Amino acid sequence: MRWSRLAWGIIFLIGVLYFFIPLLATFQFSLGNPWGPVGAPPSFEYYITVLNSPQFWDSLGYSFVIGIITIVASIGLLLPTAYWVRLKVPRARPLVEFITLLPFVIPPIVLVFGLLQTFGRPPVPLTHTDLGSSVLLVAAYTVLSFPYMYRAIDTGLQATDIRSLTEAAQSLGAGWTRILIRVILPNVRVALLSGAFLTLAIVIGEFTIASFLARPAFGPYLSLLGQSAAYEPAAVSLISFGLTWLAMIMIAFIGRGGRTRVAVTGAR
Amino acid sequence: MTQAAPPLSGQDAPPTRSGRRFSWAWLGLVPFLAFAAAFLIIPTFYLVVGSFHSPTGEPTLQNYASLTDPQIADAFFTSIEISLVTAIVGGIFGFLLAYSVIAGGLPGPLGAALMTFSGVASNFAGVPLAMAFTFTLGRLGLLTIFLGSIGLDLNDTDFSIYSKLGLEIVYLYFQFPLMVLIMAPAIQGLKKEWREASENMGASTAQYWRHIALPILMPSLLGTMILLFGNAFGAQATAYQLTGGTLNIVTLLVSRQLTGDVLNNVNLGYAVAMGMVAVMGVTILIYIWLQRRAARWQR
Repeated sequence: MRWSRLAWGIIFLIGVLYFFIPLLATFQFSLGNPWGPVGAPPSFEYYITVLNSPQFWDSLGYSFVIGIITIVASIGLLLPTAYWVRLKVPRARPLVEFITLLPFVIPPIVLVFGLLQTFGRPPVPLTHTDLGSSVLLVAAYTVLSFPYMYRAIDTGLQATDIRSLTEAAQSLGAGWTRILIRVILPNVRVALLSGAFLTLAIVIGEFTIASFLARPAFGPYLSLLGQSAAYEPAAVSLISFGLTWLAMIMIAFIGRGGRTRVAVTGAR
Repeated sequence: MTQAAPPLSGQDAPPTRSGRRFSWAWLGLVPFLAFAAAFLIIPTFYLVVGSFHSPTGEPTLQNYASLTDPQIADAFFTSIEISLVTAIVGGIFGFLLAYSVIAGGLPGPLGAALMTFSGVASNFAGVPLAMAFTFTLGRLGLLTIFLGSIGLDLNDTDFSIYSKLGLEIVYLYFQFPLMVLIMAPAIQGLKKEWREASENMGASTAQYWRHIALPILMPSLLGTMILLFGNAFGAQATAYQLTGGTLNIVTLLVSRQLTGDVLNNVNLGYAVAMGMVAVMGVTILIYIWLQRRAARWQR
């Protein structure tokens, strides 16, 4: 028993090292590689450079706004759909589930390939303008959110007696919009908020689609910075890690007490 | 006919027998279906149709025949190899890690910490992850310098973080945490009574694992590994950032097609993309099949 506990302890230690060493390495690079061959004294100047750079804030702001719009679009599209399928057209469930799982089968690089070919020419040349490209970016991220967002909403609806709630609301004179926003939405807000923070974490770091649509987003900014500067990318990487961490903490905080759901979010 | 409407309980809901008549309720799905058609189905369909046409517009199967060209076939094989290796290694290690905190007798708080870290690490992919490993195992990386100082100079060996092996090491960073997250509930689902019953009947630990625990866990183990496979197969950003887009894997082949048209034939690019979709499709089908089997034990 003692020995097996030691063996498990070693496995755990390897996991801890695997997790922390790259973070430690990034941190010490962000301080100017003080442990490196040159051995300059550690300094926070690279963080200051980054935090004073307009490109950093512009790209982060852009990705944040795109993330928020994606969340609104995704919920606006999927909540009524999941609700309607449960209430009125259960026969459509296999079709809707199939479509929401398609983004697993179609990797982001293939999706953006198809989008560029479809919307890069008339009749709908969205990629020809900045606004059109941003619309396309939001649309692509909304598609990427389908698998985990739909499942989260659907599970939330399953735990709610939506039929009784709907009938009660209708008998009090509420219309469909009001029912959805005032009655159904509050009942699935935990699922929605978790999905929202996950979407934000994914969108802010996303690179593949943003770079092929030539959007001034955070992922492409970091990638470019990596080619032009030595230590600033480390600072930005660590900030990006911090943002992911923050999103996960929010999800854990929102879902506390509940069963933790694992959301598989697809390849990056 | 209509009984007092039972609470709609998902898949169990009885099919409404409204016959084959068109139901106006389907109209409620139009926004979703239209959106999916515009931004998911039609773009994919565009690739499908294009993959069966030559650049001049004649129908052809030549694009699919060209998938056997050495460079393209090699890209597929390398992608599949990387995905397999990281799925198996990440899967086994992630499973052991999850087991170590749940049933291995390690203190409880470690388990909570592991789950939190796994949640973060499994989502920490792409550009910053590739950079973190450059800072760790690149020429001037922290670990490279540390190993050099104890007499093991990585720069003198064949090892490079920018190689296939390097990419596998990087992918493992998000692969095993994902395994931990998905396997933890399955391991928690192993009932103590099963172990006790087997011990009462004189079974050794090895026998318990061989005949009871592993057969029960096997579908979820394999299923999750398949998910990891797909996770690595479709990854582009991490590989692009790490290798500058040079490694010959299929996601980067499509990227190069998109930026510079290395294949000199966009229709061939469509066929490569369809090849990826086919691999992912098979992956997901196996996954769904295994999920059904795993569900029998997760009550």
